[in-house]
Amino acid sequence: MKARVTISLKNGVLDPQGKAIEHALHGLGFEGVGDVRQGKVIELDLGDISKEDAPATVDKMCTQLLANTVIENYAIELLD
Amino acid sequence: MKAAVIVFPGSNCDRDMKVAIEQSMGSTPAMVWHGDSELPETDLIAIPGGFSYGDYLRCGAIAGNSPIMREVVKKASEGVPVLAVCNGFQIATETGMLPGALLRNANQKFICKDVDLQVVGRNERFVGEFENGQIVRFPVAHHDGNFYADDETLARLEGEGQVAFRYADSDGNVNDATNINGSRNNIAGIYNEAGNILGLMPHPERLISEQLGGTDGKIFFDNLINSLS
Repeated sequence: MKARVTISLKNGVLDPQGKAIEHALHGLGFEGVGDVRQGKVIELDLGDISKEDAPATVDKMCTQLLANTVIENYAIELLD
Repeated sequence: MKAAVIVFPGSNCDRDMKVAIEQSMGSTPAMVWHGDSELPETDLIAIPGGFSYGDYLRCGAIAGNSPIMREVVKKASEGVPVLAVCNGFQIATETGMLPGALLRNANQKFICKDVDLQVVGRNERFVGEFENGQIVRFPVAHHDGNFYADDETLARLEGEGQVAFRYADSDGNVNDATNINGSRNNIAGIYNEAGNILGLMPHPERLISEQLGGTDGKIFFDNLINSLS
């Protein structure tokens, strides 16, 4: 079983890197681009874990290490 | 009095911290490796600056989960004073010892210079002789020092006297122009609720002699050691 965790900054938390990307896109002529937010994707090979246990286990990984819930949201996707 | 300095792979201010404490305390602090799970008997724990674990994942995230930090969190909850500087401050927020988080600087730049700081409040243990409102000068050297806390947490920090230092200028002004990195309310350092943990982005250990450009850091460490001795 594999999992993909997508981590992004919460709304309202300043994302200077997203802003820099936004400005660069405007500079390239993509003027219609609005707010840009940058995040990260972490792919995990979970080994032999069961489908039932996987969500809670990955959630635990997210709260303990992968995401800082003071500033970040996370979304978990389980992949077969 | 005894002190301990925690050393992570990637710490780069651990020896500066050792020298600063040594100079004020008159004896050498214990240097404790991140992989250790026990601390020696100590009256002060210092978490130094640097780039622990290469800042991978988030600044301080991996260090916050190292074996020694579990012991540091435990000792801190028992009341042992903790001084967490720069990367140490980031690590302390990652463990939850201190509220909030340190984001990338608003201007995206690594900022390395001496800054004026307003001392806030009168936490005898940490600021001793410094007066409320006094301006002191410590260097900063960080890319991720932009202090963030949500509105509720920020109100609590302000209301409970947990703000320790604000980015200011030499005349004592605290405003957007003196806010070097975008920190909420110009916050450069905070205390935990119990007042035994101080986290700050600036480096007092880097200005401890005239040859280094100033002695405000020496006064800071003299104050700290005096109040703990």
